Amino acid sequence: MEQRDVVIIGGGPAGLAAARRLADLGVTSVTVLEREQEAGGIPRHCGHSGFGWQSHRRIWTGPRFAGELRRSVEGLDIRTGSTVLKIEPDSIIRIQNNNGVTELQARRILIATGTRETPRAARLIGGSRPQGVMNTGALQAHIYLRQHKPFARPVIIGSEWVSFSAILTCRHLGIKPVAMIEENARISAPRPGDLIANLLYGVPVWTRTKLIAIEGRTQVESIEIECDGVRRHVACDGVILTGQFEPDASLLMNKADVMLAGNVQGQLKTSGVCWREGRDAAERLARELA
Amino acid sequence: MSGQFDIAVIGGGVVGLAILRRFAMAGLNSVLLERGADILSGASKANSALLHTGFDAPPGSLELACMQAGYAEYLAIRDKLNLPLVKSSALVVAWTDEEVAKLDGIVAKAHANGVNDVRRINSNELRAAEPHLSNLAHDAVRVPGEHIIDPWSAPLAYAHQALAHGAVILRNAEVTGGKFANGMWTLASRAGDVAARIVINAAGNFGDLVEAIARPSPFRITPRKGQFVVFDKSAAQCVNAIILPVPSERTKGVVLFRTAFGNLAIGPTAEDVDEREIATCDTATLERLKARAIEMVPALAGVGVNAIYAGLRPATEHKDYVIEAVGPGNWITVGGIRSTGLTAALGIASHVIRLYTEHFGRLPDPPEPIWTPVPNLTEDRHRPYQDGGEIVCHCEWVTRGEIERAMESPLPAGDLNGLKRRTRAMMGRCQGFNCSAHVAAIFREKIHGTA
Repeated sequence: MEQRDVVIIGGGPAGLAAARRLADLGVTSVTVLEREQEAGGIPRHCGHSGFGWQSHRRIWTGPRFAGELRRSVEGLDIRTGSTVLKIEPDSIIRIQNNNGVTELQARRILIATGTRETPRAARLIGGSRPQGVMNTGALQAHIYLRQHKPFARPVIIGSEWVSFSAILTCRHLGIKPVAMIEENARISAPRPGDLIANLLYGVPVWTRTKLIAIEGRTQVESIEIECDGVRRHVACDGVILTGQFEPDASLLMNKADVMLAGNVQGQLKTSGVCWREGRDAAERLARELA
Repeated sequence: MSGQFDIAVIGGGVVGLAILRRFAMAGLNSVLLERGADILSGASKANSALLHTGFDAPPGSLELACMQAGYAEYLAIRDKLNLPLVKSSALVVAWTDEEVAKLDGIVAKAHANGVNDVRRINSNELRAAEPHLSNLAHDAVRVPGEHIIDPWSAPLAYAHQALAHGAVILRNAEVTGGKFANGMWTLASRAGDVAARIVINAAGNFGDLVEAIARPSPFRITPRKGQFVVFDKSAAQCVNAIILPVPSERTKGVVLFRTAFGNLAIGPTAEDVDEREIATCDTATLERLKARAIEMVPALAGVGVNAIYAGLRPATEHKDYVIEAVGPGNWITVGGIRSTGLTAALGIASHVIRLYTEHFGRLPDPPEPIWTPVPNLTEDRHRPYQDGGEIVCHCEWVTRGEIERAMESPLPAGDLNGLKRRTRAMMGRCQGFNCSAHVAAIFREKIHGTA
């Protein structure tokens, strides 16, 4: 079986930063496993600006940042199209790739599989199940990676930072959100967010408003919302469920002895912070292996 | 639609497809009309996907006979069609003293129904079999023959086999009326007129409305809604058998079961509704189902929910199925197939064939059967990703090849939901966060030739 000093699972900002740093510190037996066909992680489909400051002292779009990350690891062993099926005892990693299923044994495993938003089912949102309901991450993939417009007048559920990213993503293809809906009395993102949404982008923010049900036959036709005990229907053709991030931690189930970096650790952080965590993890790993 | 058919089946659910399969395999020129964009878009799309022995069915009923015939035929043909079977067994668990008192009656009924391996087990045996079950569980009845299958492979296989034998399946073909003249039906549908000698009404939740084309319906559909909550795959190890409740007068109750795909699910509820088409979920009921599952298996407390769904089963005012031939009118009614249709479908098809020969004449000598195995979707058997290829859906490990084949098959997915059902893409824990844009692009490419 193939043996490596370090296997990094996940080729996003944290994983690629760790690979780069390990190489710089002289740890050469390192492999990054990335399940997508291209490394770079979530920034690949964040088409708007705001990436790269912590790592490169530049402000780039997500795809540009992802490209720079990929460039920084050129020559290293980055295996795309490689899905980790399971981590077995003794740090044996079962991997699926184009050729089938293989195994790889690592002295150390770094998991940097990131995070994702809570989907509709896990939120137990009622109603029918038409097309046009998705998380911000999926919306970004539709719009930035596929140039596909899944709806024209969606509502945005939630008001975290990512919810404002949803507005920007919509604008990219001329999609006009009907409203941003927040259950609490104040938006979750820092204060001027609601003013930005409303004044800059013309998206009204409805606080103290709860999504009750999604309605529609094949495509979303409306939603039912409740505010101060009063329910009403709002016409729309899509629902963007934003935020409520949860780590993509399915590989952690067998409690293997692994190290974590980036958003898989739980709390949501920016790509720059994830990048720094990946670098820090690499330094710890290099010391342990020395 | 030009040409004349021997048989027109109305309804592309599991029952209609099983009937179509039998007539096509018997060498009759057969057509099926489905109102949805794809097959299995009505009652058959949402059920608990269990293969039942009939141990608790009404004794002497047609339902019981069809279930047991269907069960036997499923086991007989499943290798040839590559259909799944997870031999889980079931436990009818009593949670209260009153329920314990009913267990002997359940065993007696099972034996009367010919399911002779059913027996009581005590709480120690129950504990040993299901260590994660709450201490509140008392005794139980073990039903070794109850198994887990999947809701889509079997009906899809029936459809493919029917097509291989020359049948025609029309989708987006809601039947809007019909006329019977000179021994021939002309059905008006959204896909055009269809002429056939015999019409078989297997229209599920629309059965009584379709029946009115031929005669005043002998039954009225009162759709019964069932909601389900599906837990993450990490939960499946918490339960071995299908955990059934002690049934009430009205419903078999809420079941906790593993799925063939490796999840754990709870449901269905039993709610009478007016709506025939759209089954909605509501948060309060989903929360109750989730809480009930945790009550039964406390280890589920920290486990995430992967999916929610709801289905409508075509209940009627009758206790039994309504399956009869309307002799002079060249019409066969197959109505009120409520919650046991997946198990009973093959048995119902055999029964309908019998009715046909009794009322409408002999069948020709059948041609050699053509077997059309379906792709395996279940984790306990070989899956395509194990041979390599690009994984598109990372939660369910669905490859690009599987998605493309589902779009190139003799009955390609009619919409994205149909594609989900055929491949499981977007059905995992992230519910399409990662892959939905990619899957939708492949779908558009295959349908329109452009992403």
